[in-house]
Amino acid sequence: MPSTTTPLLQVENLKVHFPITAGLLQRRVGEVKAVDDVSFTIERGTTVGLVGESGSGKTTIGRALIRLVNPTGGTIRYNGKDITFLRESQFRPYRKKIQIIFQDPYNSLNPRLTIFKIISEALEIHFPAMGLEQRRARVAELLGKVGLKPEHMDRYPHEFSGGQRQRIGIARALAVEPEFIVCDEPVSALDVSVQAQIVNLLQDLQEELGLTYLFIAHDLAVVEHISDFVLVMNQGKIVEAATADAIYQNPQDPYTKRLLDAVPKI
Amino acid sequence: MTSDLLHQILRRRAGAFCLVALILFYVAAFFAPLLAPYATSDQDLTKTYHPPTGVVWHEGQLAVRLYKLVDPTCAKYEAEPGQFAPIHFWVKAPTYHFLGLIPVSHRLFGVEAPARLYLLGSDETGRDVFSRLLYGSRVSLTIGLIGILITTVIGLTVGGLAGYFGGVFDSVAMRGTELIMAIPGLYLIIALRAALAKYFDDSDQIFILIVVILSFIGWAGTARVIRGLTLSLRNRPFIYAAEALGQGPVTILWKHLFPNLFSYLIVTSMLSIPGYILGEAALSFLGIGIQEPSTSWGLMLSQVQDLKVFMLNFWWLLTPGLAIFITVILFNVLGDVVRDIVDPKLKTQV
Repeated sequence: MPSTTTPLLQVENLKVHFPITAGLLQRRVGEVKAVDDVSFTIERGTTVGLVGESGSGKTTIGRALIRLVNPTGGTIRYNGKDITFLRESQFRPYRKKIQIIFQDPYNSLNPRLTIFKIISEALEIHFPAMGLEQRRARVAELLGKVGLKPEHMDRYPHEFSGGQRQRIGIARALAVEPEFIVCDEPVSALDVSVQAQIVNLLQDLQEELGLTYLFIAHDLAVVEHISDFVLVMNQGKIVEAATADAIYQNPQDPYTKRLLDAVPKI
Repeated sequence: MTSDLLHQILRRRAGAFCLVALILFYVAAFFAPLLAPYATSDQDLTKTYHPPTGVVWHEGQLAVRLYKLVDPTCAKYEAEPGQFAPIHFWVKAPTYHFLGLIPVSHRLFGVEAPARLYLLGSDETGRDVFSRLLYGSRVSLTIGLIGILITTVIGLTVGGLAGYFGGVFDSVAMRGTELIMAIPGLYLIIALRAALAKYFDDSDQIFILIVVILSFIGWAGTARVIRGLTLSLRNRPFIYAAEALGQGPVTILWKHLFPNLFSYLIVTSMLSIPGYILGEAALSFLGIGIQEPSTSWGLMLSQVQDLKVFMLNFWWLLTPGLAIFITVILFNVLGDVVRDIVDPKLKTQV
């Protein structure tokens, strides 16, 4: 076991470039530098906020961490181990440790599967020894954890509201007992009142289970509320990294200032 | 989901009508040996081009009129007044094996020889058109179902994999579909038929050959649309969520992608079945499809190419055309109804 002083996640000079191809042979004619030379660390049990406007590359960072896109360069260390260019089979153990919650609660649940099947899929993959009864018990427990009832298990996603679906998404992420969760704008698509409930739920779960979050958002108010440390991103680069208080009290970068000015004031 | 769809079809008048009518057609095709009064090759050379026999109520039971050939040069028959042959039910017939297994030695109805029961007249060798229509429907109706099954499997596999993995496989697969679609269908069918004919000489094998040819032409369109749908579904977060959980690509395709294409597949299948029925009819009409002694609607129509059928107004020989017409319309209307039910958001959103 690495010592507790090793940060849970260390990202150094991460680059994610998408090729622009053309023609029959998919010739490469250029590239989009979605994430360009980004470094940061996330300490165990903390929440790091990642803010930036649409297209700034924040979602791509989240997806690169969980290997939904392949990094072009740089290193990602998880618990001190380099996981940047692992093959899918070698990455498999990390699928159990790193999970993701998506922005869009309407599209993140397969409309053809019941809630039990959606959550149980995670159990089938990572706890193959579990029988049906055990899985049902575990799903019921998880639903309880995110504030839903066990009898919701056999319903379909369309029977739930946006906030409830997001809770189901959280339950699915929790099913594998992860250490680190990428929250990819988990509240952006929700009503303001529901946003607060979900943010509070995430904070409660963090306390209870000792989770570590990378909280991606464009809403500065939410990020300030939940984050210990904030990264501000613009055009694929991190332009400012500081504690939440420092960012809001004393922003250094002009882009950060513009972002803060853009927050509507009542 | 399936029962829900069925329920919605039945709630619409057009849908319920088409579905019930098609089911009746298929039931009739399935029980053809039982329902048909004669075998397909059962001929009577004294009664060629016989018009449909009149069915009347006579002496407390159903009976057919007896006819006399009055002018052999133009096959003119006249009913003989006061002469009837009673229709018997559950009559003894030469034993045959139903589905190749169950021996049956009866037919549902018939008349005693030498009288003949021609519900839809007889053809140039005195064979019963109604019986041949029933037997022919077995080929014509199943060809669509089998064909659609094959194209769906190929289209789903090729289109699904192309859409999911993209890249080189996608390019190759899509250029392949374009190649097939670029060649005019009928020429390709005839060319394939000519090229493959030497491997399929038995008349039973011809049926398989035609299904293979039609499926070979048909899968390209399905694969292309499936690829498009897969591409759009592929970027839905629930697919990413499954990947993030470490689910393998085959399971993702099977469990997350294909069920969401289900409604679409039903609609396209319904709407492309007529293509197979018409394809078989076209091939048989040109004489390169189903061969005697088998029968199909297309083959029956090809025997009507003779000018005298039109000159002498033997309209009953055109009933296979009517049967094709009705079946195609039924499938199209049913497909439209299902599309109306399914389409609003392709039901994947809800």
